This record gives sequence, C-alpha cells and structure tokens, in this order.
Amino acid sequence: MEKTQQSNRAPVSHQPLKVEKGNLGEIGSLVEVEINGIPYKVPIGTTILEACRMHNIHIPTLCYHEDLCLAGVCRVCVVEVDGMRVLPTSCTFPITNRIKVKTSSEKVRKARRHILDLLLSEHYGECYSCHRNGNCELQRLAKEYGVDSYKFGHVTERKHSIDKSSYSVIRDMDKCILCKRCVRTCIDLQEVGVLEATQRGDKTTISTFLDKPLADVICINCGQCINRCPTAALKANDPSDDIWAAIDDPDKHVVIQTAPSPRAGIGEEFGCEPGTSMTYKLNTALRMIGFDGIFDTNFTADLTIMEEGTELLLRLKKKLVDGDDSVKLPQFTSCSPGWIKFIEHFYPEHLDYLSSCKSPQQMFGSVIKTFYAQEKNIDPSKIVTVALMPCSAKKFECNRPEMTDSGFKDVDYGLTTREMAQMIREAGLNLPELQNSGFDEPFGDTGSGLIFGATGGVMESALRTAYELVTGRPVPFDNLQIIPCRGFEGVKEASVLLENVKPEWSFLEGVNLKFMIAHGTANAKKVMDALVRGELNDVHFVEIMACPGGCIGGGGQPIPTSPEIRQKRAELIYKEAEDLEINKSFENPTIKYIYEKFLTDGPCGHKSHELLHTHYVKRGKYID
Amino acid sequence: MPILNKLVIFDEQNINDSLKKALSIEPKDVVMEVRESGLKGRGGAGFPTGTKWMLASSANSKQKYVVCNADEGEPGTFKDRVLLDEYTKLVFEGMVIGGYAIGANKGFLYLRGEYRYLLDKLNSYLEQMRKENRLGNNILGTNFSFDIEIRLGSGAYVCGEESALIESLEGHRGEARNRPPFPVNTGYLGSPTIVNNVETFASVHIIIAKGAEWYSKHGTSKSTGTKLLSISGDCKKPGVYEVPFGITINEILKLVEAENTKAVQVGGASGTCIPKAEFERSISFEDISTGGSVIIFNETRSMLHILENFMEFFVEESCGQCTPCRIGNVKLLDGLKKIRKGECSLSYIHELIELGKSMQIASKCGLGQSSPNPFISIMTHFENEIFSQR
Repeated sequence: MEKTQQSNRAPVSHQPLKVEKGNLGEIGSLVEVEINGIPYKVPIGTTILEACRMHNIHIPTLCYHEDLCLAGVCRVCVVEVDGMRVLPTSCTFPITNRIKVKTSSEKVRKARRHILDLLLSEHYGECYSCHRNGNCELQRLAKEYGVDSYKFGHVTERKHSIDKSSYSVIRDMDKCILCKRCVRTCIDLQEVGVLEATQRGDKTTISTFLDKPLADVICINCGQCINRCPTAALKANDPSDDIWAAIDDPDKHVVIQTAPSPRAGIGEEFGCEPGTSMTYKLNTALRMIGFDGIFDTNFTADLTIMEEGTELLLRLKKKLVDGDDSVKLPQFTSCSPGWIKFIEHFYPEHLDYLSSCKSPQQMFGSVIKTFYAQEKNIDPSKIVTVALMPCSAKKFECNRPEMTDSGFKDVDYGLTTREMAQMIREAGLNLPELQNSGFDEPFGDTGSGLIFGATGGVMESALRTAYELVTGRPVPFDNLQIIPCRGFEGVKEASVLLENVKPEWSFLEGVNLKFMIAHGTANAKKVMDALVRGELNDVHFVEIMACPGGCIGGGGQPIPTSPEIRQKRAELIYKEAEDLEINKSFENPTIKYIYEKFLTDGPCGHKSHELLHTHYVKRGKYID
Repeated sequence: MPILNKLVIFDEQNINDSLKKALSIEPKDVVMEVRESGLKGRGGAGFPTGTKWMLASSANSKQKYVVCNADEGEPGTFKDRVLLDEYTKLVFEGMVIGGYAIGANKGFLYLRGEYRYLLDKLNSYLEQMRKENRLGNNILGTNFSFDIEIRLGSGAYVCGEESALIESLEGHRGEARNRPPFPVNTGYLGSPTIVNNVETFASVHIIIAKGAEWYSKHGTSKSTGTKLLSISGDCKKPGVYEVPFGITINEILKLVEAENTKAVQVGGASGTCIPKAEFERSISFEDISTGGSVIIFNETRSMLHILENFMEFFVEESCGQCTPCRIGNVKLLDGLKKIRKGECSLSYIHELIELGKSMQIASKCGLGQSSPNPFISIMTHFENEIFSQR
C-alpha cells in the first residue's frame, strides 16, 4: 500500500515522534494502553487515535487526514488521559508508556461539543445550498453530536468573496474551518506551496501569495486540496450547467469521452465499495442523459503511446545515431496537466525534456473535431466535446489557448467524476442498477490504455509497444505485466535490455532501456532535482503523474480519498486490464485504421504533429 | 528603572563570578545544584528548572540549544526588561551556565520586538564577554565553548510560548507545536532545547554563586527563592520589586502604598483576578502563580471595562490555529459586548463560563488554555457589579 511520505518541509511539530532506542524503548516493542477501561497492547509510538482505530473505537476528527502530516489544530479529537490537566489531541499523542485514556468522558464530550458549536458559529451558509451536502465532515459531526441550534450564533454575512478565477479550483473561504488540510496538501504532499495561513486570531485566513486570485499564482490545478477539504471551501469549477444546455440544444452534437479512473471511482458516489467497476453501466447512464456519442479515452491513450513511443525512439536515434546532443533525454511523459503546469512553473528551463504529445484527453478532442466529424459528416462547429476525467487540471488544460488545433476548442468541457455523478443523480438515475452497454463507433474497441489510470501505467503501456516495435517480440514479462512499473512507491526505477533487435533498430542493440516513474509532484520534484544535478544521464524515459497514486487519485475523484481507497481503484484497473483482448496499443484496430485513413504519414508525422502534439510555456514562479 | 526592593539575587553583594565556579565543576553537578535549589520556571508555568535541564542533558544528541525567552509579552510585566538592561551579566552568564550544564554550544536570546532599543547594548555586552573569554571558544580556558545570538521577535504574544518561540526562531509562523514531543527532546531544528525565562537564568547565577542550600532557604518550601514582580496600577510606588515567595497580596499592597484596592490581577491578562476578600492569599506556585505581573485596581475601576480590555487582547493575540482559542475568545468578548448593550442573559454568561472551562483544557497551547482565566475569575467574583453596569 502507498505510504505517505513526510517531506522535509513539514515543521518538526508536524512530524511523527522520533522513537529512539534508549529513551522510549525499542522501536516496535509493545506498550499497554487502557482505553475506556479495557487494556490493549499497541506498538510504542502509536498515537491514541491510531490505537483506537485499530480497535474500532470511534473518535471524531476534522483536521486529521491519513495522507497528511499532523496538525492538531481542530481539537475535535481530544481525549482524557489520566494524570493530565489538559485534554490532548488523540491524533498527535504518541503512546510511549502505560496510560489510561477515556474517549468519551464528560469533559471530552463537553469540549468536543463546544468546539463543534464554535466551528458552526463561524461557518457561513446552510447545508441545503451546499454542494457538499451529504458528504461534509462538519455536517456529519453536527449530526453525530445532535446539534439542533447554533449555541454561539451563526454568521449570516459573507466575509470573503468567492475566488472563481481558476479554470480548475474554486475557493469559498467563508466555508473554511481552518483545518489546514489544503495547506498541508499543497506544501507537504505536493510541495507546491500555493496556500498558507495569513493574519492571525479570528482574522486568520487561508490565502495565496499576496492574496492573489488562484489563477494568478503557481497553482498547478491538481485539486488534491479539494479531495482533502472536509467542507465545501474548495471545489472544482463545475461546467455541468453548460453541458446540460448543450445536451438540451438540438443543434449540438454532444460527445463524451470517459477515462478509466472515473469509471473506477464513480461507483463510490453511489454508495458502492471503492474498486467497483462502472464502465459499461456508465455508458448506459450517459446515453440516457442524452450524449450523442460515448467514447473511451483508452483509444487516445493508445494513440498517445504510438506517438510518445515513436517520439522516444526518434530521440534515441537522433542522439545515438546522429550524435545530436541538442536532443534531450530522458523524455518525460506529458499526459498529466498538473505535472505540466508544475514543470512550467518550477523548472521552466527544462521543458525540452517533455514529450510534445498532447494528453489523451486533448488528442481525443482534436480527433473528434477532425477525423470523427469527417467520418460522420458532422459540422465540427456543432460538436461539443466533453471529457469525463478524474482530474481538475484537465479543466485548465482544455482551456489552454494552444489547444485549438482542430480549428475549434478541441475539448469544450472537462468534467470530474464528482460532477458526472451529480448529473447522473439529477437525471434521476441510480448508476449501480443500470444495464451494461458498450462504447460508440468508430472508437468502439476498447484500447489497451486502461492502465494509464494508475501510476506506472503509461510507462508499462509504452514499454510494451516500444519493446515489440524494436525487437519484434513481446516484453519479457509474464502476461505482459511489467511488475516493476506497478505499486505505489514514490519514485520507481527499472530497466529493460534490448537484445536481438530488428535490423532497422540496430543502433538500439544492447541498450539497457532505463526508466523511472514518479507520482505526486513532491516525487516529481525529487526526479527533477536529480535531473538538474545531472544524475539522470543514463535514464531514457520518465513517467510523471501529478497526483498521488496517479489518475485514480486525481483531484476530481470522489471524496474521501485515502491510500486504501486508491489501492482498491488501482486494483480494479489492473484487473479489468487483464480481461482485455487487446493489450498492446499498436494492435488496436482503430489505431491501425486511423493511421491508414487519416494520420497517413504515421506516428510523429506531419499531420499528427499538427493535431496531436503541442508546446509548453515557460511560466516560472513569479507571475505579474 | 531600578529594582525598588532588592533582597537576594539583585543585591550587588551577592553577584559573584558564578561562571568560573560553574565551569570548575562537572555539568551534572551544575544540574544537580539547580535541582536541589528547587528553582521553578520564572515565566509563570513553574516547571522545575533542574528537571528540565536534566531531561535535556540526558537527551541523546550532539547538537543542543539554550534559548532565553525574553519575549516578555504578558500585559503588566516589565521585569525582564530591567534585568536585560541593568543585570545583563546575570542573564547571559546564566545562559552560558545552562549550556555547560546540558552540553549545548549555542544559545539564543529571543528578544521581544518592542525591546529592539536594547539590541545594541546587549550585542556590545556579548562582544565584551567574548573579549573577556566569558563567551566563545574555550571559555575561561576550559574545553567548553558557547556562543549567544540575539534574535528579535516581531510582536506576537504567542511567541512567548516556548514551542511557538522555537517555530519563530526557525523562521516559521509563530504557532505552538504539538506536545509531546517537548522541546527538551525535540526543540530548535529538532534538537534538544531548553527554553527558560530571563529571570530563571539570572536566578541560576545566584544559585551557583551561593549554593542550592542557601538559595532554598528563601521563599516557601514548594516555592524557593525570590520573585521579581512588575507592579503597576492604582498605587503610589509602581515598579519592579524582588519579593520572597509566600508574600501576601496585602503585604504587596502595603509595600507599594496602594489604597482603596478593589481587586488585584496577578499574572497579567492570562492570570487570575483576586478580589478584596482573598487578599491574604500568597504569591507562590502552591497558591497564586505568576510570571511577575501584578496590576492593582482601586474602587473607581470598572471590572467590565478591565475584562473587555483583556479579552480584546486575547482576540487580537490568538495565533488562530486552534478552534477553541481562535473562536472561543471572540465569543467571550462578544458576551461582554452583549452585557454592555443589555442583551445578555445570565444563563448565556454561564454557558460562556462553561465554554471557558473547555477552552482551558482543549486549547492547543498555554495562550488558549489561560485566556479564559480572567473571564472566569472576574465573572465569578464580580458578576453583580458587571451586570449592573450597562
């Protein structure tokens, strides 16, 4: 399972207690703790909260999040420890000697209720006009504690205006309860650092640099903060009203592409266990909602592999055969728009290392408004393309000015998993109860790009194609499963030896193709810093996904998120991929067809460069 | 400003060369001497200094730090300023002794932003100490090296809380840390750190000079030694006084020539309000504990006004990270405003007192844990007066 890594930027107080030999006994040795009168044994250093969760003793929390460093600021999880005057927070208190804990004494209940009443007094708005209604941690707590009135009043006027500047993330600070999960997500989990508390006391606000609009700071739009916000202070920029309008407009031909990760996650919005497949039920729902074409983003995932794999081989040829030192290696993947904006801000001098390929979402947009329009004889100006993505950064990506190679906005709307679920509910459909149905022609064959959703998936797909292209043989792994690519370790590194290659690739004979995979921008930063230090000279290909766990952990996925939930979504994706008939991109018949009929000069040819490739912007950290 | 009443520490006759004496004995013996003296932290919390030093000295780390908390921010206290200004030697040498005792080579004086005017003077004193080999490498010819750096605060009251002070020293926002771990284990940059008040270091100086036994004869059995009080308010002779622990409020009032006294706020805004009926109570860790602030109110003062003033202070100075302190203080102050408007029921005030009790035990640091103190004590003792004032 994915392990949340503590970055060195977490303040000392937010890091777990260092258990050292000598002062606290051996690491891993057990210590007895008495909780509500019952003795338990737990490993030394276990927090009271962890100990309680191990034994199914409920303690409410707000600022605590499994993925994040500790804060201990909301104080909702306080407990009583014998011999202590004050009530410590169970999330921060490590058990190092025999203590007696009460999780629901009079003092504890009173204090928690007071804290809750205080939070509610400052929390603007009413639940029925809130998009987190039914999935709000504060609301859940109010219910748990039977809150039936505002004991200390309730704010009735806004203090802040809503920041709607970003294409991706909307901030409503009047809903903020200052748990700082977003701050910790941004600086500690992602190492971006857009958000921080400013002012103090009751004026404390989570703010951007100089309180600028989110669109004008170095936000990478990953939306990880949204996934971890306990209330509705952060949300994605929801285009569903516009999408409904397009569907309701008889002149418009509205098509939707669905990525694998939302299909692995959307069931959670309807009460299903994480890791419940909804792919084909979703197709039915989309048809009933009124989409005119329903396609699988896997098709353009395969197209991406064709283009990106070819681009890598061309780079290798230029470097190894032509001796062209201006060619940058390793080549970095470019599927993740959060990662793209991250490198544009933080490493603007290293954009040449990025593959010029558009992401699968954007490739699909260009293909729909050109090839598909042509095949179906539809005026592309009448086509509206929607992309169902696990991602908030995709909303920014589809609005990038350069993403108009079809002559129109390639992708009109990026829709998150959560927003899709809302549309389905609004249409009166209960997704888990629907029948299965397939995708529409001409992209009806499910491609091999399913595993793109999990970290390492792009690499695995690309290797299958590149290896077979070069050697004529499938990759030397059981069932083509390149195990070193899988799992949730922050930065993975592996290699494949190219032997007995085809004559046209003879320059690659004996080359040990070395690749790296990183997920979460904190890990991306480690890789980029190694690149800057010149330590990646022998690496050829690097996959980076901005979100922890890859797309299955994207900022548009159902809330909550945790290592366990992401693991289950990833397992589903790998399991579904095993059942696929086609598991190599170049064997996808539609891929063959499009290169025969439309992109006739082949991968990385003139036409594909025009439609499927892009360029990047040196943004830097300072924005005027 | 001179010290008006000098007893033990600040009697010039007792100021000896403790540094030389300390360095001539084993560090553990210095710790032992401080332990046996019974010295408790002079910042107000009263944690035994010797225990703190013993924990830090036994912590397993190459790098340790000594921090002198000179962020004297409690309303009504000004005794550390006098110590820094006029008894600089005691403070800095006390820090060197602390460093020797726990095995640290680096000390910080965290100076209150408003005391910036003392900076040049203090720095030149450090320079003089270096010249005289009382600071720097191989102090007084021994193997012990230690240096002191002065860092300025920026005016946040919460930075007087030791872990918030350390955060500030590290360049972060001044916010209290989770405890445990405690600074003696995980302090500045994660290393064992002792944070002591200015007066604590000065007291160590006299303990080393005259011995623990001599020192512990002063004061009471549980509160040994003397205490500097910053006395202000309605009296004829306000100022800094050195008094033995155990002194009663009545004795203090006599000393400073206060008349018609209605109440005495001991311990500053975060302290306790003592009504006339309790003036026989004493200043000591076992009765009324204080960092040194004593504010005297006579019969003409409005307790509602005083309480509003204190609560405004806490609303302003709460760092804002934890819920009880950030919002709780606002609610307490709002209650007072409601009283003034005649819109507050007695039952709501009782609800606020209950809230204050929750704040005392559920807040993250000493600020939020003590900010309801004046509300609770003034409301309890002066409920009738407050409700008759509109």
